[in-house]
Amino acid sequence: MIPAAFEYVAPTSVEEALAALAEHGDDAKIIAGGQSLLPVLRMRLNAPEWVIDLGRIDSLRGVRDEGDHLVIGAMTTHHDVGQDPLVHEHALLISKAITHLADAQVRHRGTFGGALAHADPAGDLGAPARALGATFVAQGPGGSREISAEDFFVDLFETALSDDEILTAVKVPKYDGWGATYEKFVRIAHQWPIVAVAATVRMDGDTIAEARIGLTNMGSTPLRAQAAEQALVGQPATEEGVAAAAALAAEGTNPPSDLNGDADYRRHLATVLTRRAVLSAAGRG
Amino acid sequence: MARISLSVDGQQVTDDVEPRTLLVQYLREQLGKTGTVVGCDTSNCGACTVHLNGRSVKSCNVLAVQVDGAEVTTIEGLAGEDGSLHPVQEAFRECHGLQCGYCTPGMVMQAVDLLNENPSPSEEAIRLGLEGNLCRCTGYHNIVRAVQHAAGTTTGTTEGASA
Repeated sequence: MIPAAFEYVAPTSVEEALAALAEHGDDAKIIAGGQSLLPVLRMRLNAPEWVIDLGRIDSLRGVRDEGDHLVIGAMTTHHDVGQDPLVHEHALLISKAITHLADAQVRHRGTFGGALAHADPAGDLGAPARALGATFVAQGPGGSREISAEDFFVDLFETALSDDEILTAVKVPKYDGWGATYEKFVRIAHQWPIVAVAATVRMDGDTIAEARIGLTNMGSTPLRAQAAEQALVGQPATEEGVAAAAALAAEGTNPPSDLNGDADYRRHLATVLTRRAVLSAAGRG
Repeated sequence: MARISLSVDGQQVTDDVEPRTLLVQYLREQLGKTGTVVGCDTSNCGACTVHLNGRSVKSCNVLAVQVDGAEVTTIEGLAGEDGSLHPVQEAFRECHGLQCGYCTPGMVMQAVDLLNENPSPSEEAIRLGLEGNLCRCTGYHNIVRAVQHAAGTTTGTTEGASA
């Protein structure tokens, strides 16, 4: 299976990339790591006339510390984000989620920004981005703007990015000292999650002081389990204390039904995985 | 057509390729390096794994134009110039880490990458590290033993594998 023919351009700056995007518009597709796009092109589910490769833009790579938050360059590979000591220290939930993302080969090539901009509701990075309240930095012809994680994910494979914009970076607030766990439920190795839960927790002694929970594949976008988050505040990190709050994890969700499970099954999974993820993030798993 | 220059298995090559040419297709059809095989064609099975600038990738999921200027190592570049096998290849032979052999080039390349990153992996780390490589014969047991053997982390005899 070989993609349909296309023209290829590999700019070395964001400005050049934006110019190429402005020139070719609807006929162009941006390729980051290509780990989702190339299978799509090979199966000919999409056949752009132009492919604009961001792989030669060095300024889009790397993780920076900017005081109260980290800046993760959109073209940083999953592997490099996962191994990054700053991410491990300040946004442990992202490190944890990446260990479950695809497989080693895909993590070497796939990129943090590419996966988020692809906006697959079963992707492993959307839920941590929502849970951590990340901010997406988009650059377009008129300059750059910031989009909250809540607003970034619009629908299935659809983001708030305009056709003439490129996602350049993701800002992640620091969560120093918060425990974190990504609980992913699959039937076979390196499958997309049927459901996954990203939980990060700040403890005050044996009590949960704050919890932030993201849900993967529980709707057309990654979601926050806000009812469960609120119910966890002040609870002891025990099986009973967490279970009652986790039972609210699927509240307000509209999960899909498919061959892997129907919506009710996913709602049940969300509650079980939330309980496990929160207990583990609280150091009780 | 786009002009690309890269190093493949230690040799500098320059070629014209169509932008849509996949790296695996370029390796097999233009360079004749058929040691790297196409398994699933959907980026699931890992049979086409090669090293790109020292890290494992699925070569069916990379465009040849994207590797301009890069260093690629395939299964054909692992053995020494005198034909002596790479220690991981030797271990796969020693532990009979294959049945039909179709997944072997990808398994070996991924195992080399895994051991580069973690020279003494646990059995669990090996199984997780090989997550992106499927064996259609389900012969995983001896593959894992082979990686343990190459790492020198096997204890006792190689049960189930005659030397």
